[in-house]
Amino acid sequence: MVEIKLVNLTKRFGNVVAVDHLNLTVKHGELLVLLGPSGCGKTTTLRLIAGLESPDEGEIYFDNTLVNDMSPKDRNVAMVFQDYALYPHMTAYDNIAFPLRNRGYSESNIRRKVLEVAEMLNIKELLNRKPRQLSGGQKQRVALARAIVREPNVFLLDEPLSNLDAKLKTQMRVELRKLQKRLGVTTVYVTHDQAEAMSIGDRIAVMKNGKLLQVGTPEEVYENPKNMFVASFIGSPSMNFIKCIVKLRNGFYVLDCGDFKINISYERGREVDVLEGEEVILGIRPEDITILPERSSNAISASIELIEPLRPDMLIHLRIGNIKIVARSLSTLLWKPDDHVSISFNLRKLHIFRKNGEKIM
Amino acid sequence: MPPKILRYLEGFFIYFILLVGAWIMIFPFLWMVSTSFKNQYEAFSFPPSLIPQKPILENYVQALTIVPFGRWFLNSFIVASVTTFLVVVISSLAGYIFARKEFRWKEPLFYMFLMTLMIPGMVTIIPNFILIRALGLMDTYLGLIFPYTSWNLAMSIYILRGFFSAIPRSIEDSARIDGCSELGIFLKIMLPLAKPGIATIAIFSFLYGWDEFTWALTATSSSNMRTLAVGLALFHGKYLTLWTLLSAGMVIATIPPVIVFILFQKYFIPNLMAGAVKG
Repeated sequence: MVEIKLVNLTKRFGNVVAVDHLNLTVKHGELLVLLGPSGCGKTTTLRLIAGLESPDEGEIYFDNTLVNDMSPKDRNVAMVFQDYALYPHMTAYDNIAFPLRNRGYSESNIRRKVLEVAEMLNIKELLNRKPRQLSGGQKQRVALARAIVREPNVFLLDEPLSNLDAKLKTQMRVELRKLQKRLGVTTVYVTHDQAEAMSIGDRIAVMKNGKLLQVGTPEEVYENPKNMFVASFIGSPSMNFIKCIVKLRNGFYVLDCGDFKINISYERGREVDVLEGEEVILGIRPEDITILPERSSNAISASIELIEPLRPDMLIHLRIGNIKIVARSLSTLLWKPDDHVSISFNLRKLHIFRKNGEKIM
Repeated sequence: MPPKILRYLEGFFIYFILLVGAWIMIFPFLWMVSTSFKNQYEAFSFPPSLIPQKPILENYVQALTIVPFGRWFLNSFIVASVTTFLVVVISSLAGYIFARKEFRWKEPLFYMFLMTLMIPGMVTIIPNFILIRALGLMDTYLGLIFPYTSWNLAMSIYILRGFFSAIPRSIEDSARIDGCSELGIFLKIMLPLAKPGIATIAIFSFLYGWDEFTWALTATSSSNMRTLAVGLALFHGKYLTLWTLLSAGMVIATIPPVIVFILFQKYFIPNLMAGAVKG
């Protein structure tokens, strides 16, 4: 178990900067998720940690040891690939034994260790099969077994669940989480699936265009996103964004969104006072919008465009004048499309961003 | 027309065409086998018969005894085997490098190899003759093996580069992380996965070394160094061709390539890679 420290890590492919001055620490025994859209540099970061790519700038430390020039073998990292990358000409047993054989373990020792991890992952009956005789979930387990068997310093998981079907995916992510906690190995987990990241990570690092945007616990990145990108990337459906202008009215700050206005409390108003008269972007998550049971004159009035009954939740697509937003509601079907309703926003959960996407409050 | 009859007709035509094709391929071979068991008279009798009336083994005895058949057979076998070995070793290494490693002039170099395929063999006979003579390799095994190897390399490298390129990179990366050396990756992972390609080039180069005639005729002069292809042609005289002996010799000469083919054909399983990656 080691602590991984990335300092100013940079990797370029031709003119493309895949990883841009990345600074990040993965603590002892922690499961850190690298989250971002495809092409954001998360897999490249993983490959840099593994030693499959060498950085153009910056340093990688494992417990204060610089590993930049160390081969993957000497770093003692284990990696699970998105496509599992099992050796097709070897049985599951030989696949799992492969890293041990390369390190010169005795056959009896190898046998003991392979059976031990096979037991742990419930794949004992599959050991004599070739990869082509295994299902996706079974291959996944064999790949995990191969990673676990040699007790690595670091686990690197590159979208390990993305080729599994939805049901198996949720099942495996719970199992993966338990396994990681049990083994206590420092783990870096790459995914583009925010739900997976939220469910599995101790902390989440959100990346875009090779840059690190925010690191924090799932709660932190969800409740307090640093910018619009993080706010929109995390959470499904996405946060609603509404353009509005900061105005001062009767000594209080008001967000004027055109079709409706929102009052901001006095304390929070002080955070936006420098922006008086400027355009800002209001962000509100679907679950922070409440549809009121009765029409009310001082609430915002909206019309329902579409209802997605996902069960138990419902997603309600609303229209306020020209503004379209989505609300999430737990209640049973009270409304129909084209109904006119009153809605209110949870004022404590408002996010306000500058026009450049940076969070103000 | 009802669709059932249409489908039936379609099947009929497919089988008809395939049967005609198969017959065209097999007939000369059957004719050769048949002739090898006939006597001189029956071989030329009219109407010809596919099944000999009085099968004799005399032709085989004669073909094996009146010429140094054993020696030619051995020569062909040595030349074809060593050629195959060299082609497999060199082109698998080169194919891997061309598929996976980055270096300066990689593509131009690769296309230079491919360009050699466009030069007709006949054109290179004289330059090759001068080269091999200068090296003092005339009338030796190496005088056949080296040119055969070089003529087979371009195609073999091309085929193997394709096979190596098709192997997912993640498998190689995985081996690297699992602590495998670069040579280990090639020997333990890449080579076994390219077996179908290696079987293909092994068959091609063995057949080439076994069948090649023009260069073998040019580069060998003593009777002891003849290959089977050249030796058998001796039955084919200017005024008289001993068809029965020639057929018997050819039947024997066909055996090794058939064995090689049977040995390697199990690797022609097209989906050896199936199940390697993804779910």
